[in-house]
Amino acid sequence: MNIHEYQAKQLFKVFGISAPQGKTVTTADDAVKSTQDIPGNAWVVKAQVHAGGRGKVGGVKLAKNTDEVRQYASDMLGSRLVTKQTGSEGLPIESILIEKTYPIKREFYLSLLVDRASERVMFVSSTEGGMDIEAVADKTPEKIVTLLIDPAAGLQPYQCRKVAFDWSLQGAQIRALEKIMQGMYHLLLEKDASQIEINPLVETDEGELIALDAKINFDDNAVALHPDILEYRDQSQEDEKENKAQEFDLNYITLDGSIGCMVNGAGLAMATMDLVKLKGGSPANFLDVGGGTTPEKVCEAFKLILSDDHVKAVLVNIFGGIVKCDVIAQGILTAVDEIHVQVPVVVRLEGTNAEQGRALLNDSDFGVIAADNLASAAEQVVILANKEGMGA
Amino acid sequence: MSILIDKQTKLICQGFTGKQGTFHSEQALAYGTQLVSGVTPGRGGQTHLGLPVFNTVEQAVKQTGATASMIYVPPFYAADAILEAVDAGIELIICITEGIPVLQMLRVKAAMAGTDALLVGPNCPGVITPGECKIGIMPGNIHLPGSVGVVSRSGTLTYEAVHQTTHEGLGQSTCVGIGGDPIHGMTFIDVLTRFQADEQTKGIIMVGEIGGTEEEEAADYIKEYVTKPVVSYIAGRTAPPGKRMGHAGAIITGGKGTAEGKVKALKSAGAEVVDTPTLLGVAMKAAL
Repeated sequence: MNIHEYQAKQLFKVFGISAPQGKTVTTADDAVKSTQDIPGNAWVVKAQVHAGGRGKVGGVKLAKNTDEVRQYASDMLGSRLVTKQTGSEGLPIESILIEKTYPIKREFYLSLLVDRASERVMFVSSTEGGMDIEAVADKTPEKIVTLLIDPAAGLQPYQCRKVAFDWSLQGAQIRALEKIMQGMYHLLLEKDASQIEINPLVETDEGELIALDAKINFDDNAVALHPDILEYRDQSQEDEKENKAQEFDLNYITLDGSIGCMVNGAGLAMATMDLVKLKGGSPANFLDVGGGTTPEKVCEAFKLILSDDHVKAVLVNIFGGIVKCDVIAQGILTAVDEIHVQVPVVVRLEGTNAEQGRALLNDSDFGVIAADNLASAAEQVVILANKEGMGA
Repeated sequence: MSILIDKQTKLICQGFTGKQGTFHSEQALAYGTQLVSGVTPGRGGQTHLGLPVFNTVEQAVKQTGATASMIYVPPFYAADAILEAVDAGIELIICITEGIPVLQMLRVKAAMAGTDALLVGPNCPGVITPGECKIGIMPGNIHLPGSVGVVSRSGTLTYEAVHQTTHEGLGQSTCVGIGGDPIHGMTFIDVLTRFQADEQTKGIIMVGEIGGTEEEEAADYIKEYVTKPVVSYIAGRTAPPGKRMGHAGAIITGGKGTAEGKVKALKSAGAEVVDTPTLLGVAMKAAL
């Protein structure tokens, strides 16, 4: 689960990590009003969306007076921001963060995450802050320094000092960085965050260390343990269909093709998308109805797939193990009947009672095509989708 | 021979009296698995499915001599269940549960370091030695005793490989689902090592997917140590970066964990990588 920058900075405050003085507002009037409480003659106006890359597309602006604050605020609020991380439709800007500006001496990068290879919590630090860290890792990997934390011992002061000396920090700054790193570590552990990223962490002319930006992701498997974090959830920033799918315990991800896919099992669902692509088609979604699916779930899955107007044909790929194929076939027919499916449906059933399942589909009046195998199912659905696409 | 489990394996079930535990225990018993007892805290002394229920794994081990455990407890209790099994001296722990918080798994793995216990999963279909012992949620009837070792991160893709090798008349020695979570127990390499050493196993099917670097590490291992034919498939070539594809571990981040990289590594290690999972069976048949 993702949260907004301003929410991440609220958590930073709780865990002793210094962030700029600022205020979150939802109207241009309040934006201007907020400047009275934030010292200085210039302010940063930041669009609050669940995506990085905001700066490059006008989502972060420096306002040199209150007129500019009003201008930028009214430009942003109510519009959608398209960054390289959002997809072509972008995300709605419903709130903005107004912050104090600081004279910046240097910019660093600091993040904390769960590293799957080492099975440890890991700090990633760099002197090259304020930039796309993946590009830094690509071009100058020696400027990325990682630090693994022993889960029993926890984060040690010497590890924080190492980063501080890497960054040539001095005096009180060393302690200040240790406080930030300990804060991040405790935040990650206590709230089950999967990643906390500060880019940039700046050193001001006065020598202060401040988290200018803040990004936190939480482990989806753990958020139910943290009601306070769930409060931060903003559904306007999430895909509507993906949320709907969650209600029915379905795993759905929107893609931009024309062939709806319904599959049991995450691996087989990915494999089905790959096969559609290999046959010259383009998948409209990833959808895993679960290893042991039921006719009811099949029905909900159909509704979800067909709520996407781009879908020209549907491919159902079920490996019936403990759930038998004839039961699934009946579920498919009920769904097609109940929700009046208008697009062609190709079904591949394999496993227990596959023959009976195929016979049920072939004998029905709904024009559902039962394919003999997965390869031919994929071929047929691609041809049908292309035909429908041309007719439209 | 086979790997990890056979008809001698004595098994207990943690989360025995729950809905999932009950259903899959019934299935295991019907398959002929030596399920000897179950554990549900607070229900010790009762009988379930004709078997004794114990309050703790320690008691179950002491009374029955079980060496393996399958875990069907809900996600927030599963880490505790794994560590209880480790503490009781269970040698093979197979955790089916999906949705365990990653930090809990990180602590479990750290606590398991230095013990001899083997963990399979979590978020996996389990392990089966056809005709002998079934531990997990896989449909028993599609399997056939035979010569192909199957190892996979995905449940239903394992079933595809099994179904095809059964259809080709090859059958399986043992099938191991290592699970779809980013932090988990046995790795591809742990299983490959055992298949390589197992006489019954003549060829290996390895099914991977996007995310992490385990397939790349397995490729290095295959190049160096595996002399048996390996047929592989990697799922997720069309998956968009940054999106979690069902499994918690199936995500491309920072340009790492792509299908292309894994396919390339496996090919250069001498494995045959098929373009679609529908070719796993025929490719294995041809390789043997």
